[in-house]
Amino acid sequence: MTAFFQSLGLPFEGAWLLSTIIGILVIALPLMLAVAMIIYADRKIWAAMALRRGPNVVGPLGLLQSFADGLKVFLQETIVPSAANKGLFLIAPIITFTVALMAWAVIPFDTGVVLADINVGLLYILAISSLGVYGVVIAGWASNSKYPFFSAMRASAQMISYEVSIGFILICVVLWAGSFNLTTIVESQKGYYGLLNGNGFNPLLFPMAIMFLISALAETARAPFDLTEAESELVAGYQTEYSSMAFALYWLGEYANVLLMCTLNALLFWGGYLPPLDIPVLYCVPGIIWLFAKILFFFFVFSWVKATVPRYRYDQLMRLGWKIFLPTSLLFVFLVSGFLMLTRYGGAA
Amino acid sequence: MIQVFAFYLFACIMIGAAALTIFARNPVHSVLWLIVAFFNAGGLMILLGAEFIAMLLVIVYVGAVAVLFLFVVMMLNIDFAELRAGFVSYLPFGMLIAIVLAAEILLGLGIWSVGPIELAQRAAPVPADIHNIQAIGALLYTRYIFLFEMAGLVLLVAMIGAIVLTHRGRSGVRGQNIDRQNRRRPQDAIVNIAQPVGKGVEL
Repeated sequence: MTAFFQSLGLPFEGAWLLSTIIGILVIALPLMLAVAMIIYADRKIWAAMALRRGPNVVGPLGLLQSFADGLKVFLQETIVPSAANKGLFLIAPIITFTVALMAWAVIPFDTGVVLADINVGLLYILAISSLGVYGVVIAGWASNSKYPFFSAMRASAQMISYEVSIGFILICVVLWAGSFNLTTIVESQKGYYGLLNGNGFNPLLFPMAIMFLISALAETARAPFDLTEAESELVAGYQTEYSSMAFALYWLGEYANVLLMCTLNALLFWGGYLPPLDIPVLYCVPGIIWLFAKILFFFFVFSWVKATVPRYRYDQLMRLGWKIFLPTSLLFVFLVSGFLMLTRYGGAA
Repeated sequence: MIQVFAFYLFACIMIGAAALTIFARNPVHSVLWLIVAFFNAGGLMILLGAEFIAMLLVIVYVGAVAVLFLFVVMMLNIDFAELRAGFVSYLPFGMLIAIVLAAEILLGLGIWSVGPIELAQRAAPVPADIHNIQAIGALLYTRYIFLFEMAGLVLLVAMIGAIVLTHRGRSGVRGQNIDRQNRRRPQDAIVNIAQPVGKGVEL
């Protein structure tokens, strides 16, 4: 797109800036729409599993429910508690929301369709997702209220714990692909056994795919790891004191993060924008449709888990993260690098 | 143009945030300004073309170290009046450290820019076709492998040391054995008895 604006007579820097801003809008605006619809889908799936109808009043089949909710919170009064640390209290939801959008810059939607094709794409995502904890922690502290504070403590411990094992899982994928670039990682998954596309079909990486899915649930604080928002213990967790748009920003950010994790599952383990089978006919379908189908499948899994699995206890959560996932993922880093050493890189060094 | 603009933006914000880290009255604000400074340092690294270092800076310092700082500072119940009272008595010591640091920075800058001795090349030539992750990896795992592994070993020892120092094996506490809990079945826990009327239950 930069070349197009340059042909209109703009200097390179101006053209680059303009095309980047357009690229950001082309990703962020549909993402917001997707978040609105995915909240609706979440409620519908959850309701269906509980044999309820879910939202069905606003618009046909209740499709406009999220927009009605958005309008409602938009018209509400923003209440800042008098004991709160005002500046930080208002900045916290902005951090969560911004960070949730930032990571999408490096996601490849199709071959070459990516805003920033940087060679440290996966590290960038890891760096950005490690920032996500600040929105929650600052909210908990700035609210100056005990339940948000407990929630912030839980959230920060939980996110740090699972980031460690996520890091090791990603290392396995990176070792296999030989690159941190997400496009290269996706392309490297082509043609397992000459037929299947996706690291998940690799027996060494399949356990990592499952662990990544579970860690993703914990990292986004979705059920069964939603201890930060455990309503029976903490009212609404770190969001307790928030109202109006600040509250809505948390919701949007949270679901954008969930979508990001679903996308990462698809990109890293199940072939991203490649069709699941390496058959030429399937490449007629645009890659973005395959990617969206995979994202939606993983989102369905997330909702399914939310509807069926009871909430973990906090010590069980920590035990799973540190005593089970961490050693197992470390073992697989060892196994994967050993396997590659012997097969791809020609034996002992 | 954009690069120059970005450099001055990152640099100004970083210096401002670093100053505010010191001047902020609330320790939590201090830590948050420190995080802003780290983040902008990451931005400067990217401008230098060291994207790997930039990402590591954000992941390690912002994502892990600063979270722990914040965690600890948030939990402390700090009395600001008491903190302020100690200011004068610590002033000479603080000044001494500040003077030493300032002298070191000036000395370093002086040698680097005007001195006749060429201590090191200012920028190593970068081959165009090698990413800097590959370049760092190739150096780290060949030429500096022993230093690298030594650093790893030191970290491992520090980690074990921290666990040994803080772990207290408390006696008389009933812990949970998760495996035993998971192995427990209804038939282990439930007993049907025919209890005669007027007699206590045998437990």
